[in-house]
Amino acid sequence: MTNWPGTDTFIEITYLIATALFILSLVWMRTPVTARRGVRAGEIGMALAIGGTLLNRGIVDYKWILIALVLGTIIGVPLGRVHMTAVPQRTALSHAFGALCVTLVGTAEFYLRAPNVPRFMMAVLSMEVILGGLTFTGSLMAAGKLQEYLPQRPITYKGQNFVNLAFLAVAIGVAAYLVHDPSHVHLFPLMLAIPLVFGVLMIIPIGGADMPTVISLLNSYAGLSAAAMGFVLDSKLLIIAGALDGASGFILSVNMSKAMNRSFTNVLFGAFGQEQVAGAAAVEAPPVRSATAEEAAAILGAANKVIVVPGYGMAVAQAQHKVRELYDALNKRGVDVKFAIHPVAGRMPGHMNVLLAEADIPYDKLLDMDEVNGDFPQADVALVIGANDVTNPAARSDASSPIYGMPILDVDKARTVMVIKRGMSPGFAGIDNPLYYLPKTLMLFGDAKSFVGSIVRELTGGGGHG
Amino acid sequence: MKMDLLTSLYVFMLAGFIGFEVIRSITPLLHTPLMSLTNALDAIAVVGAIILAGEHRSTLSTVLGTIAIVAATSNVVGGFLITDRMLKMFKVSGPKK
Repeated sequence: MTNWPGTDTFIEITYLIATALFILSLVWMRTPVTARRGVRAGEIGMALAIGGTLLNRGIVDYKWILIALVLGTIIGVPLGRVHMTAVPQRTALSHAFGALCVTLVGTAEFYLRAPNVPRFMMAVLSMEVILGGLTFTGSLMAAGKLQEYLPQRPITYKGQNFVNLAFLAVAIGVAAYLVHDPSHVHLFPLMLAIPLVFGVLMIIPIGGADMPTVISLLNSYAGLSAAAMGFVLDSKLLIIAGALDGASGFILSVNMSKAMNRSFTNVLFGAFGQEQVAGAAAVEAPPVRSATAEEAAAILGAANKVIVVPGYGMAVAQAQHKVRELYDALNKRGVDVKFAIHPVAGRMPGHMNVLLAEADIPYDKLLDMDEVNGDFPQADVALVIGANDVTNPAARSDASSPIYGMPILDVDKARTVMVIKRGMSPGFAGIDNPLYYLPKTLMLFGDAKSFVGSIVRELTGGGGHG
Repeated sequence: MKMDLLTSLYVFMLAGFIGFEVIRSITPLLHTPLMSLTNALDAIAVVGAIILAGEHRSTLSTVLGTIAIVAATSNVVGGFLITDRMLKMFKVSGPKK
């Protein structure tokens, strides 16, 4: 619309500044101290880039752009205000939206250019549409599972991997054919449809405990598809943003797969949730020791050093605020309380940290697995709330265990172990946890939220102030 | 065209390296907000969608472009909003309570 000379250069400069701000934004995410500055940088970069784009001379009609921007904002605001426990599904949903945008733009670009699409253009367009498509439906499925619209249980059948890989292979085959001869315009819908189906099939065998890896992987795909779109539109800004997002998702998926002791190929081929071991044979369970809230409170109150190990069960029970009360009550008695966070605790990377921070627990008390593992031998009590497999000592000692080799939190090295649990049912991996049968372990049976609540009542109400 | 492509590949590669180095140094504490932040940044794809919808080259491209803007904008707005909300909650233990 604007026609003064230099507009194009001006737009390019806004993109250049936006790129720098995006990189700075991530640099500032390194520590909580500067992280909010990072968000500001990202916002300014985004505003600059969108503002610059609106000056583009090719734009002849602003009506739909404005309507869409307003509509997007109306949808975006509530998505930015969801409850913290809903963050994993929100994140999955936003991967779906990002991928949808990329896929739609790729489709439109193809039909604008067809049938004369240069080969390289066709190759990146295919990548954009295939990655975008599978990320779109895959992320919707993941969000559905996390929101529990769909069963969280992994659904597996014989030959599943073969079927999935066949779908992917056909999509890539069609893409290759189109690159070879882009004039077969009628094949494009097929190339679009197969990844959409593949995305659904890919997530069907995924169980809840594998979600951190899957979300990270979808994050990476979303970034790569956006980078491919950058190649199609020849936009350096988009290539860079996509590459950064892709790298971020990739690193997180590698972290998650390491934390579950899965090989990276295992992750790449979406073969998670496959290790369905024959349910722990009906060996008769050895006896466990259980304790009441009163007894637990007495031990906790007399301790010097307590390490709390939260897991997804804490999130499900919404117990984080009660945990915070426990933290306060123990602190008041001079007990040193720390939190041990396993990388795959919860449903996405960093999930536990956000929930505990929301409950006002200072972040310097939230320790990563590597930082905290050396502390367990000095701890009087390790209190496990809703975590299971990440505390299973079989991962260290029992070579026949399916989780053997997975890095765990060494809770069994604490003087006393307390486990808050609803019952004796095994964790998501369906593996029995020998931790529960140790002589030093006390099982606290009950709902995490109400049980922690009773401990707090015992600690604050029942006289004997330290 | 050939040169452009090559330059783009260089840009992609360098950005990838920067991404790896920068992301690796980010504390696991902030991995959830990191993901929502990169998600918002990734929604810069809205720029392509805006041009697509605005150029009005065909009905199909305008319709798809418009839907794409809605999807990406919701990520921009929602992503930055929730990232900031999360980061606001991260506090150090204050002067001994």
